[in-house]
Amino acid sequence: MSKVMGERPKALLDVPLHYCPGCTHGIVHRLVAEVIDELGIEGKTVGVASVGCSVFTYNYFGCDMVQAPHGRAPAVATGVKRARPDNVVFTYQGDGDLAAIGMGETVHAAARGENIVAIFINNAIYGMTGGQMAPTTLPGQVTQTTPYGRDTKVAGNPIRVCELLSSVKGVALAERVTVDCMKNVKAAKKAIKKAFEYQMAGKGYCIIEVVSTCPTNWGMSPGDALQWLRDNMLPYYPLGVYKDVGEEEQ
Amino acid sequence: MAEKVLMKGNEAIAEAAIAAGCRHFFGYPITPQTEVAAYMSKRMPKIGGVYLQAESEVASINMVLGAGAAGVRVMTSTSSPGISLMSEGISYIAGSDVPCLIVNVERGGPGLGGIQPSQSDYFQATKATGHGDFHMLVFAPSTVQETVDLISDAFDLGDKYRMPTMILSDGLLGQMMEPVVLPEPKDPTDTKEWAAKGHQNKRGHNVVNSLYIEPTVLEKLNFERFEKYEKIKETEQRAEEYLADDADVIIVAFGASSRVAHSAVDMARKQGIKAGLIRPVTLWPFPEKFIKKHVDHAKVFLSVEMNMGQMVEDVKLTVENKKPVCFFGRTGGMVPTPKEVLEQIIKLNGGDY
Repeated sequence: MSKVMGERPKALLDVPLHYCPGCTHGIVHRLVAEVIDELGIEGKTVGVASVGCSVFTYNYFGCDMVQAPHGRAPAVATGVKRARPDNVVFTYQGDGDLAAIGMGETVHAAARGENIVAIFINNAIYGMTGGQMAPTTLPGQVTQTTPYGRDTKVAGNPIRVCELLSSVKGVALAERVTVDCMKNVKAAKKAIKKAFEYQMAGKGYCIIEVVSTCPTNWGMSPGDALQWLRDNMLPYYPLGVYKDVGEEEQ
Repeated sequence: MAEKVLMKGNEAIAEAAIAAGCRHFFGYPITPQTEVAAYMSKRMPKIGGVYLQAESEVASINMVLGAGAAGVRVMTSTSSPGISLMSEGISYIAGSDVPCLIVNVERGGPGLGGIQPSQSDYFQATKATGHGDFHMLVFAPSTVQETVDLISDAFDLGDKYRMPTMILSDGLLGQMMEPVVLPEPKDPTDTKEWAAKGHQNKRGHNVVNSLYIEPTVLEKLNFERFEKYEKIKETEQRAEEYLADDADVIIVAFGASSRVAHSAVDMARKQGIKAGLIRPVTLWPFPEKFIKKHVDHAKVFLSVEMNMGQMVEDVKLTVENKKPVCFFGRTGGMVPTPKEVLEQIIKLNGGDY
């Protein structure tokens, strides 16, 4: 007798994902889809895909989708949400999209308290274009465009997005999570669900930063990538809640 | 009969858009379009609409993309440098087949240029508003009343063809006051079945997208879009002709410069010179038909523009070397005078091309 322990969430379409083996996008997609299913909101949800590895997310989520220009997902999501306030609107953005080219749109959407959710994948590298330095690339980290390691004197310092946004009035929830083990996956899902619930309650801008891996462009096996994440990413990007208006209210 | 009111061009743009059922405006401050946004910020909250000042033109055009993708009537207004910043977003909007209205109240350029009226964004509006193969419907009003009328048409045609439309105004038309009759308010029904507005568990998911990684697919979509453009070229060309039927010297001029040209034609006629005017109302599609029918009888064409010579290239392409096509323009925010244009007419009428 076989027993089905877990099924594909309904909000995730039955299509092959293009992501590399060991990439954590798949896990995060699943978590977002599970939350959409649990809240019963697929019919009124509009997702905004951003430029980068996750651009094809519009083929994967079952809800309506809009594809935004690079960095502009918060502005596009603002347009959707202002046009259709009853819809639930989320962006799915990588670090290059959200924290480099789209930092202006991100900070201003946050400052307006734009009632949207940003799912922010921080894997410290540009994946889609083949592994260039990202705004979140760690000091000393080797990438295609920092072949001798990121020299912060030349290439600047990595940006801690949740810490930065925690100072912005208008942000309802800024939480950093990761998906390297079951315990953290569960915590990540809880955070994502809270973000969607906050939007439905009209609390304002919510960002869930997911510290993620890119085994292909890091040049590691999936297992080694997870360990590298724990050893190098998490000390610079500590997990935790950086702002939560719900807790402040209590 | 609706009441006639005296309105500033820019404010009339805003009120006409509201009458056309637009309830979503996203913009960023820039002179000389300022009054459009200021008017919208006053009116929209009173009628349940959305006025949002974005952090940049880059953001505002992408808010337009989002709202347009969600299926509502939406617009932005800006002036020349703002269009340059919006050009990426406009390309995505065209590539995603999203209708919206973009108003450009032109000022002099290049660079920061000046804030006085200009027509130097003709190339940008009609040929290369952004990267890739696409066009917008571009309307060039010459009076405040015509601005009002064209805004309604621009929204309707944008929805019909699922494409961005532009009103190419300028600092002169935007700032002057004229009597206008506003149209009856429209309430466009929410019929955009392709829009990303939540499928309500009643259909598959809609994707509003401009990415097609397979070249065969992208080429096919571009071919289809250009088939649509060909139909638009057939059916949507608009121009006004003034004393052109027997004219020897035919001026081609749009917007503010056409008003000057109109006066110059009258002055020339008083002197017994057979001058006429063709005033393009659509800049894209360029009103070739209206020009071609006068090629046989005209001796010479003169394109009068507030730039260094942009539309003149389309006039030349249309006339196909069958007759001389000359150019007269002022630029940098300078407006030609009727006397200056008359001098050109007299010169050309004398055979001095």
